[in-house]
Amino acid sequence: MNRVTYFSICASAGFLLYILEMVRRRKLREEYSILWLAGSVVILVLSLKQGWLVRLAHAVGIAYPPSFLFLVGILFILLILIHFSIAISKLHQMNKRMAQEIALMKGDAPHRKDEQIDGTAS
Amino acid sequence: MEGTSPRILVIIPAYQERRSIGGVVRSLRQRYPYDVLVVNDGSTDRTSESAREAGATLLDLPCNLGIGGAVQTGFLYARDRGYDVVVRIDGDGQHEVEDIPIVLEPILAGRADAVIGSRFLGETGYRGSIPRIFGIRYFRLLVNMTTRYRVTDPTSGFFAINRRLVAFYSDHYPSDYPEVDAYILMHRFRARTVEVPVRMYGRAEGKSSITAFRAVYYMVKVTLSYLINCIRRFG
Repeated sequence: MNRVTYFSICASAGFLLYILEMVRRRKLREEYSILWLAGSVVILVLSLKQGWLVRLAHAVGIAYPPSFLFLVGILFILLILIHFSIAISKLHQMNKRMAQEIALMKGDAPHRKDEQIDGTAS
Repeated sequence: MEGTSPRILVIIPAYQERRSIGGVVRSLRQRYPYDVLVVNDGSTDRTSESAREAGATLLDLPCNLGIGGAVQTGFLYARDRGYDVVVRIDGDGQHEVEDIPIVLEPILAGRADAVIGSRFLGETGYRGSIPRIFGIRYFRLLVNMTTRYRVTDPTSGFFAINRRLVAFYSDHYPSDYPEVDAYILMHRFRARTVEVPVRMYGRAEGKSSITAFRAVYYMVKVTLSYLINCIRRFG
């Protein structure tokens, strides 16, 4: 095994454990961990199974097999970023609707703010 | 409209309009029996207080949503309270309050679902800056090429809509720069839309939400969301 293989095994295994720990401590929600976990498992497996990596790399025309790991990594990062953009858009929509609902609910009690302002002005 | 006189709500979205909002609300209330709703889009000045002192119903958004989000809040209010017609005007005095009956008439007569006030129809004498006129011409071309409507003023924020369209907009209204997008929404909704001549003026107070720097972003963003709306499904 060459150094790049050792490195990718250590890095992906460490990364996998880190993500699992974050999920265990509830600092990362399960639905946002799935792509991270999948990415690190795929890279870990390809780092351990050199034969698979070589065959896959040659199948897509990559001469230097470890490059295929970078490709896999980049593809997963792209997927995760798209996932984030979608999640942010959903949050944006929810946030907008909540702000609107808050305004509509506050509108039912219009005098509360007046009283506060009158209190400070006088 | 069911024999009784229709319930009409005037919606004014307001962001940092404390100098002008009071005057607009007062002149509305002097002239018309309509309810006036100001939606304060997270202003940090005394927009809310000015509007309320002038006698408007006020909704305070907890944060700035952008003009479309504020207007949509007004649509939600109108939908929930069962208003028959909604008029939307600016709070900065750009739109001539006296022209509201012109904008309302086709809806009250049952001839239209939406009436857009155009500053270019008739002898309104509007003079805008060159980039603004260019932008308006670009959007005019876009709307005229892709919808059944023939419009002169696609960015006009002076309009009236009936309750069917209020209900539709309550669920589908763009957050920022909504007016051009609204045409494709109306087209998809098969709304009967007409333009009528209204008077518009340069801004009396405050500055336009569209600065020169943002103009390019505005055109790209509106074009994108417009084209996406052409192929979107509306549930």
